[in-house]
Amino acid sequence: MTPEAASASEIEAGHRAGRLQWPIEKLTEKALQIRRDIITLLSKSQTGHSGGPLSCADFGTALFFHELNIDPANPKWPERDYWHFSIGHVTPVIYSLMAERGYFPLRDLMKFRAFDGHAQGHPSAHDTAGIEVSAGSLGQGLSVCCGVAMAARMDQHPRRIYCVMGDGEQQEGQIWEASMFAAHYKLDNLCGIIDYNRKQIDGDVEDTMGIKPLDAKWRSFNWNVIDCDGHDMKDILGAFAQARAHRGQPSVILAHTVMGKGISYMADDYKWHGKPPKPDQAEQALKELGTSYAEWSARLLAH
Amino acid sequence: MSVATITLPEKAEMKKTREGFGRALVDLGEQDPRIVVLVGDLTESTMVSFFAERFPDRFIQVGIAEQNMCGIAAGLAAMGKIPFFATYGAFASCRAADQIRVTVAYTNLNVKIAGAHGGISVGPDGATHQAMEEISIIRSIPNMNMIVPCDYWETYKATIAAARHKGPVYLRFGREDVPVVTTKETPFTFGKGEVFAEGKDLTIIACGVMVYEALRARETLAQSKISARVVDLHTVKPLDRALIERCARETGAIVTAEEHQVNGGLGGAVSEVVVQSVPVPMELVAVHDRFGQSGKPAELMDAFGLRAKDIVAAAERVLKRKRA
Repeated sequence: MTPEAASASEIEAGHRAGRLQWPIEKLTEKALQIRRDIITLLSKSQTGHSGGPLSCADFGTALFFHELNIDPANPKWPERDYWHFSIGHVTPVIYSLMAERGYFPLRDLMKFRAFDGHAQGHPSAHDTAGIEVSAGSLGQGLSVCCGVAMAARMDQHPRRIYCVMGDGEQQEGQIWEASMFAAHYKLDNLCGIIDYNRKQIDGDVEDTMGIKPLDAKWRSFNWNVIDCDGHDMKDILGAFAQARAHRGQPSVILAHTVMGKGISYMADDYKWHGKPPKPDQAEQALKELGTSYAEWSARLLAH
Repeated sequence: MSVATITLPEKAEMKKTREGFGRALVDLGEQDPRIVVLVGDLTESTMVSFFAERFPDRFIQVGIAEQNMCGIAAGLAAMGKIPFFATYGAFASCRAADQIRVTVAYTNLNVKIAGAHGGISVGPDGATHQAMEEISIIRSIPNMNMIVPCDYWETYKATIAAARHKGPVYLRFGREDVPVVTTKETPFTFGKGEVFAEGKDLTIIACGVMVYEALRARETLAQSKISARVVDLHTVKPLDRALIERCARETGAIVTAEEHQVNGGLGGAVSEVVVQSVPVPMELVAVHDRFGQSGKPAELMDAFGLRAKDIVAAAERVLKRKRA
C-alpha cells in the first residue's frame, strides 16, 4: 500500500456515521493530528487563535471520535446528537475536528479565514454545512443548547446535547441565566464542557475577573459537576460516561487544560490566546508534533 | 396595489393589539404542533396566557432573562420548532439585540419575537418601558423582518403571517386599547403596504397606532380640500419599495407617521427609498430624539406631537414645499 492510500483509508475511518467510540490509542493519535491541523492552518492563514484550540484538542477529539452520535455526510441527520462551541473563536479546532470527522474536505482548512473559503473566522451556519447555529459573541451558546435540549424533551427524542464553553466566558452573565434555566427544567440530556485553561486575552482569568470557585458555583446552580484532566483521554471518557449516566440534572465537565497545550513555547502563555504562529514558529511547532509544514499541508491538500 | 378603503366609523371599537397576538397564537397552536411560546415573566401582559392555558406542554416560562430567552428560542428553531418569544419591546430590541444579531439573524433562524408595549402610549411606566428604538435597531440587522400592525385584526393577521414566513420576524405591539380600523376581511400581505384611503395631493405613510391618526388627519385635510392618500405600511422590513415609489410619483409629497424615534425609524426607511428613486418633499411625524416620560397615554401622544393634528400640520408644510 502506498503512503497516500494508507493515509486515505485512515482518514476515511473517521468519517463513519454514528458514535465511533474509538479506543484511547486511536483518540490520542487523532488528537495529535488535530494539533498538526491547527498549527498548519494557522501558519497558512496567518490570522486566528492558537491557545484555546490547542487546549480543546483532546476533549474535542474525544467528543467527535468517541462520544457524539453524528453523520458528517448528513449534518441534519434527524437522529443526531447536537454539539455547539459557544467559544466561536476556537474555529481552528472546530474546523479541524469537523474536517477529520468528514464534514468537509481537509483541504478546506487551508482556506481558513480566507475570502474564497467557507471557513469564517467565527463559525457561520450560513457558510459551513454542519455548523447549526452561528457563534462568536461570547456567552450565548448555552442558551441555544438549552433550547435544543427542550426541543428534544418535547419530542421525546433521545439526542444528547454538548456545549463547549470557555473559562473566561464564565464572566458573561447570560451563561448563568442559561445555567439557572437548565437546572430548573432538569435538562439531563445537556452536558456542558468548560475549557478551563485559566487564561484569557488580557492574562490570567483570576487576575482579569476571578471565576473561582467555579465548581462550587455550578454546583450551587444545581448542576452535576465533573472535574477531569482535559488532556487525559481516560479521564475525559470517564467524565463523558458519568455525564451520560446522570439523571435529573444537567452535567458540566470542568476540563482542566493548558492553553497552547502541545507546543512548548505556547503552553500556558496567555499571549498565544489570539494570535497565530509565524511560519518559522509554526515549523518549530510542527517539528515538536512530529511532522513539517510541507508534509502536513500536503496531507491536507490531498484530501 | 390593493385598496382596502378603510372608512372610519363614528365610534370605533377599542381593543388591544396584543390581544390579536394572543388569540392568533392559540389558533396557530391548533394548526401546527411546531408552534412553541416562550415568555419572560410577562404572561398576562403579553397575552400569551391564552396559549399557556391551551398548550401548557408547548409553553416555556423563562423567567426574567431576555437574552437567555432569545437563545433558547434559537435552539428550538434550530430543531424545527417555530418559537415565539414575548416580552416588552424595550427588552426584546435592546437587551437581546446582540442575541438577535449573532444567534438568530446571522443564522437566519425561524424565531419570532414579540415586543409588547412599544411607543410613548405605554404611559405611566415612563421612559424605560416606552420602546421607541425598535424599528431602527431591528431593521439595521440583515435577515430580520419586522411588522408593526395597526390594530387588533391586523395584529392577528401579522402573527399568522409571521409564523408562515420562514425566517426571523419581529412583531411590535402597543399597550393601550386602540381603535379597530380594519376587519377580519381587510387584505393583509406580509411585505406589502395597504392603501387604506385614496388621495392625490400627498401620501401619509403610517404604521402602528399612527394609522388611525393618519385616517383622522385625512378627514381634517379633506375639509380644506386637500386630498391625502393613507398607506398602512405595517411591514417595515422588507419595505414595499414599489408602493412607496408609486405614492411619491403619483402624489408628489409624503408624510410619515410613527410612534417611534425619528432616527432610523419608518420615516427614515421611507426616506431611503424616496431619495434614491423619486425624490419628493417629505415630513416625518415621530418622536424627535428624546426619551419619554410618565403620564397618561393620551396626554403623552399630545405632548410628543403624535396626533392627527400634528400630521395635518406636517401635511401643510410638505404641500408648501411641494408647490415651491
